[in-house]
Amino acid sequence: MLSLNELWFILVAVLFVGFFFLEGFDFGVGIAGRFVAKDDLERRAFINSIGPFWDANEVWLITAIGAMFAAFPNWYASMLSGFYLCFAFILFGLIGRGVAFEFRGKAEHPTWRKVWDWVILIGSIIPPLTFGIMFTALIQGVPIDENMIMHAGVTDVINVYTVLGGVTLTMLCVWHGLIFGTLRLMDTLRERCRRAAKNLLPINAVLLIAFLGMTFFKTDMFAVHGNMLEYLFMVGILVYIASGYFITRKRDGWAFLMSGLIIILLIASVFIGLFPRVMISSISDAYSLTVQTASSGDYSLKIMTYLSLALLPFVLGYQIWSYYVFRKRVDHKEHMEY
Amino acid sequence: MDVVELSRIQFASTTLFHFLFVPLSIGLVFIIAIMETLYVVKKDDKYKKMAKFWGHLFLINFAVGVVTGILQEFQFGMNWSEYSRFVGDVFGAPLAIEALLAFFMESTFLGLWIFGWDRLPKWLHALCIWLVSLGTIFSAFFILSANSFMQHPVGAVLQNGRLEMNDFLAILTNGQLWVEFPHTLFGSFATGALFITGISAIALLRKKHVAFYKGSFKIAIIVGLISGIGIALSGHEQALYLVETQPMKMAASEGLWEDSADPAPWTVIANIDTEAGENTGELKIPYLLSFLSYGDFHGSVEGMNTLQERYENMYGPGDYIPPVKTTFWSFRIMSALGGAIAALTIWGAYLYARKKLITSKWYLRMMIVAISFPFIGSSAGWIMTEIGRQPWVVFGYMQTEDAVSAGVSAGQVLFSLLTFSALYLILFAVMITLFVREIKKGPEHDIEQSDSIGDPFTKEGQHAFS
Repeated sequence: MLSLNELWFILVAVLFVGFFFLEGFDFGVGIAGRFVAKDDLERRAFINSIGPFWDANEVWLITAIGAMFAAFPNWYASMLSGFYLCFAFILFGLIGRGVAFEFRGKAEHPTWRKVWDWVILIGSIIPPLTFGIMFTALIQGVPIDENMIMHAGVTDVINVYTVLGGVTLTMLCVWHGLIFGTLRLMDTLRERCRRAAKNLLPINAVLLIAFLGMTFFKTDMFAVHGNMLEYLFMVGILVYIASGYFITRKRDGWAFLMSGLIIILLIASVFIGLFPRVMISSISDAYSLTVQTASSGDYSLKIMTYLSLALLPFVLGYQIWSYYVFRKRVDHKEHMEY
Repeated sequence: MDVVELSRIQFASTTLFHFLFVPLSIGLVFIIAIMETLYVVKKDDKYKKMAKFWGHLFLINFAVGVVTGILQEFQFGMNWSEYSRFVGDVFGAPLAIEALLAFFMESTFLGLWIFGWDRLPKWLHALCIWLVSLGTIFSAFFILSANSFMQHPVGAVLQNGRLEMNDFLAILTNGQLWVEFPHTLFGSFATGALFITGISAIALLRKKHVAFYKGSFKIAIIVGLISGIGIALSGHEQALYLVETQPMKMAASEGLWEDSADPAPWTVIANIDTEAGENTGELKIPYLLSFLSYGDFHGSVEGMNTLQERYENMYGPGDYIPPVKTTFWSFRIMSALGGAIAALTIWGAYLYARKKLITSKWYLRMMIVAISFPFIGSSAGWIMTEIGRQPWVVFGYMQTEDAVSAGVSAGQVLFSLLTFSALYLILFAVMITLFVREIKKGPEHDIEQSDSIGDPFTKEGQHAFS
């Protein structure tokens, strides 16, 4: 039987997975829009394609961090203080990006728009890049002492492996965003998105293989959870091949499902690899934070479980409904707010 | 400066900045929901115009409120990791529920509202904005339940070296929460109301779109009037509760060093000497402090020296007196502005009812200045609440200096403090510029540019999408 600690570990993982699946494509749209769109009108179409969704997608992150705080206070405390500058940069990115969507369309001056275009681009790159670096550092292990306090030097956070993790995640988001673009944009823009997504296939394949290869040597994930991860790895290969097939065959909906699945598999694997630890200490195994040592008490977890189970169906229900309401492509009859 | 001081400055600045936008969002969206409901019920386009115009301003404000709010949730872990470890079992739950219940609701239904004008039936569209309003109110409730725990910890027990929740219902029924929540909510409604009346006053003085702004003024002044009275009543309740639960904060906010006489007079102004522990040049109103503290004209109020002695016996040696001058003056600023808000809204409602509003130039000019009152008032109120609780971060359990992150250096905090401050200043400047632009465009702009007519897609015809 699943303990409450394990259940909450899974819930936190699901929230992060959901965040990267959803916000993943709108990070991607934010980055890709810069290169695929050729003028202001096309940029607007890109931004409007995620217009009704991006804010709610971001709430997945807020909820993930909130759930971490409530269910695993020590994890929350050690990770946010330990990766202090990483989180500061993520915040710069999210803050800039969030207001840029709202502010960009409020004035027509070209310089004004150019400035916010840059903010959207950089603000969409920083969060997936930094999260990628951080999660990779997390599975690689960081110096955590006996008091659960992390003392990371620069190279504990920034090294070849973590940067590769960051770049891989960012590029996957770009790819996922392009495929989302094929679903919500029209005609030539849609074509260009599809072509770009196709061009990214080999590049991302190389990144993924390099990253997984390094993960095999740099972490203990495969030693601890070998069977499970190898199985997921096989599924991943099939999904990736399928995504290529669907992009080529212009089956955009299916392609989107596959790019989403790749992101889901990748983030889920990180959490599976961590389990039952939540932060791996590179100093000593005994200092690693686990789902037991990092967690809240049973009473608190029980209350949270009841409340979440009661609320989640509504939250999922109305979010899905909002995607249904805005299922049509962004075209000239669409209300373009941004 | 050390990590504690820098972290405190950072928390104060980011939180005060965030709380400029929060009450305006809560207040504006509530009034916009009323406007759109009137549109649905009365089928008068005037109200739709109102909802859209004030909606534009709301959205600019909301965006800044949202992004500065993300930081709030992160900074407990970033700067106050030892606090997070110590109270996470209790304090994390309201934050998680706030995200799950309130933030999802706000963001999803706001997306539907912004982009759904032509997509959804009118009643459903109006329901969306009501759900956004409800979301903002839920959000206030849960974050204040977390704050109330810091003021008056209930529903938890000290075990395993930390505070652990043992009664969730007690946290939601915390007496502190039920005085703090109505007070904050009324304050927020007043912020929205005075924002609308103030901007309407500018237009009315210039005789622009008189019917539109008069209509907006009417709705807002009714909300403002009710809120103004609500602020005063709930503020009084809060003072009564404060004397019971945090007498030191009450004594500090009164600059009361020794126990007061019975009945206690209220000090209007004083020159406080914190070194000597005495005041000079006090101006006092008899009986009033007894009334504020007990709701009746009798009773002595305990002074800081008495309480310091008692706390030393309870918690060991230490300085338990908060910064007195800050607590004293922030309380006075808040109360004065609260009173002014109540008076101005009553007067405005009277003028409106007597149909003298348009000709009352001085009143309208005053209402422009009064836009700032709720902002300054709430900031002062929070300064009093949080500074007055010092040296505690969780009253009676943990002091602020023990709460700070263990593994974070002063340099890191300084870096983020400086960059966030710079970023916030830019945001603020941009936001004000956009506010002015939108207000100058006026309510008619929206109709001209509405949906397809003003849309560049139609003008440029075929373009990339042919």
